[in-house]
Amino acid sequence: MNLTIISITARALLGRRRVLLLLPMPLVLVGLTLIGVYSGVADADWGPTVFGNLGLSVILPLTALIVGSSVLGLEIDDGTITHLLTKPLPRSEIVLSKLAVAWVVTTVATGVPLAVAALLAGSGALAVGLVLAAALGALAYSALFLALSVLTKRPVAVGLVYIMLWENVLVSFVDGARVFSVREHATTLADTVGNSPLLSSSVPLGTAVVMSTLFIVVGTVAATQRLRSFALTGEAN
Amino acid sequence: MTLSELRTSTTAVEMSAVSRWYGNVVAVNDVTLTIGPGLTGLLGPNGAGKTTVLHLMAGLLAPSQGSVLIGGDPAWRNPAMYKTLGLVTERESVPGFLTAWQFVLASARLHKLADPAAAARRALGIVEMEDAQDRRIGTYSKGMRQRTRVAAALVHDPGVLLLDEPFNGMDPRQRLHMMELLDRMAQEGRTILFSSHILEEVEQLSGTVQVIVSGRLAASGDYRHIRRLMTNRPHEFTICSSDDRTLATVLMGHESVTGVRVEAGTLQVHANDYGTFARALAKQAKASGIRLTSVLPADESLEKVFSYLVAT
Repeated sequence: MNLTIISITARALLGRRRVLLLLPMPLVLVGLTLIGVYSGVADADWGPTVFGNLGLSVILPLTALIVGSSVLGLEIDDGTITHLLTKPLPRSEIVLSKLAVAWVVTTVATGVPLAVAALLAGSGALAVGLVLAAALGALAYSALFLALSVLTKRPVAVGLVYIMLWENVLVSFVDGARVFSVREHATTLADTVGNSPLLSSSVPLGTAVVMSTLFIVVGTVAATQRLRSFALTGEAN
Repeated sequence: MTLSELRTSTTAVEMSAVSRWYGNVVAVNDVTLTIGPGLTGLLGPNGAGKTTVLHLMAGLLAPSQGSVLIGGDPAWRNPAMYKTLGLVTERESVPGFLTAWQFVLASARLHKLADPAAAARRALGIVEMEDAQDRRIGTYSKGMRQRTRVAAALVHDPGVLLLDEPFNGMDPRQRLHMMELLDRMAQEGRTILFSSHILEEVEQLSGTVQVIVSGRLAASGDYRHIRRLMTNRPHEFTICSSDDRTLATVLMGHESVTGVRVEAGTLQVHANDYGTFARALAKQAKASGIRLTSVLPADESLEKVFSYLVAT
């Protein structure tokens, strides 16, 4: 970890307009929860949709995609990456620092509104579960999307394909696909800790933790390896 | 090993039989060169492969073939090499939300220097940016941004400094300032290589050039020396003497002279051999009782040398 990289990355990320994209989704989540709570409808009728289908299936992965693909990807796009690459730093230090920023920002941007929504729904245990799920999911997603930003020129497109096709379509038809779905890992953790009827896990907790760890390790190692051989392309005069 | 040899060995840039291709396109073709302390210009037309050569030297591109060494260590996949190398890229990539002070200080910290604040102060002092150092880089002129980038590249006092088109977009005053800066740093014993397609810049700064044409090293060394080696091109001299017409007649009789033109107050002489003509001229003038007042090689400018190289 490198505090200089962390502070510059955080300033670059939070100073850009892109970060404004993170605001509407938590507002919608809390707003829908308020409507659900005060409309008098049973929790079971709106809870799974708000916490599961929206919170862990859309807000968490999309936030992680926006943040994870930006922390290194934007520097690659605008060329400022050369300032980092021309320093005598182990590439793992660069990747881990970027990952730390993406993880913390995504966790805060998703964990806080999820916790607020759970508390509004009257479940402290669910709030804890959702924060832990957001933290685990944010780390696994960030590692994946950070790696994509170094491995491909279109990390957002590839990330969206993973979220939309793999996690939302394929998982519905192929049971085995769940094992490779970060959303399922996060849902399992939230369900186990929160012990709430509003969420239903589909993979065992052990599998979820092991597979998330695999995402984190493979993503970090792949990003580091790719950055070690990172070649500047573009105008060759 | 003497001190100067040691300095040379730790700051030398060596490319051995380096080629770099992108698919079917060869960007750099079998280039071998060594650059030692001092100021060297990397010259070539647009698209000749200058940036590719600099990126290969800076470890930002892998050679498809051959090896690139900085101070004896490989440039590719070797981050430790950046302790001795600084790079200023052509692309103006600077985080505009930082001030020059924050940017250069961050560079010093990333180099893990013992006293980053002192190093940042020194680097900003070298490029004379102290007065504006607390303004955001986004508000700077192009020249100020360039100087800030040079300061960041210099903060760790590297022995090798590579600059890609450092004068692009600068006004004449900024250009002069940058030229003085590079000259001063070269005199301190650094190896400085800068690319340019503007010949006057290179001519003013450096006699030593590496000329890249279509990805190949077309010539290397002092450009005046390169010119003299181009024996297939007649040399042009502008001569003033006490009797131009008589001298013209005498010179036409010499085998090294291929043409003489008398112009207002001067003689334009074409000779096919620089050395033979230079020796013969003095002898012939003396024998004919003619006093030479000036003899100037007319096509030893870098521009001429460059146009000959690009045309061949």
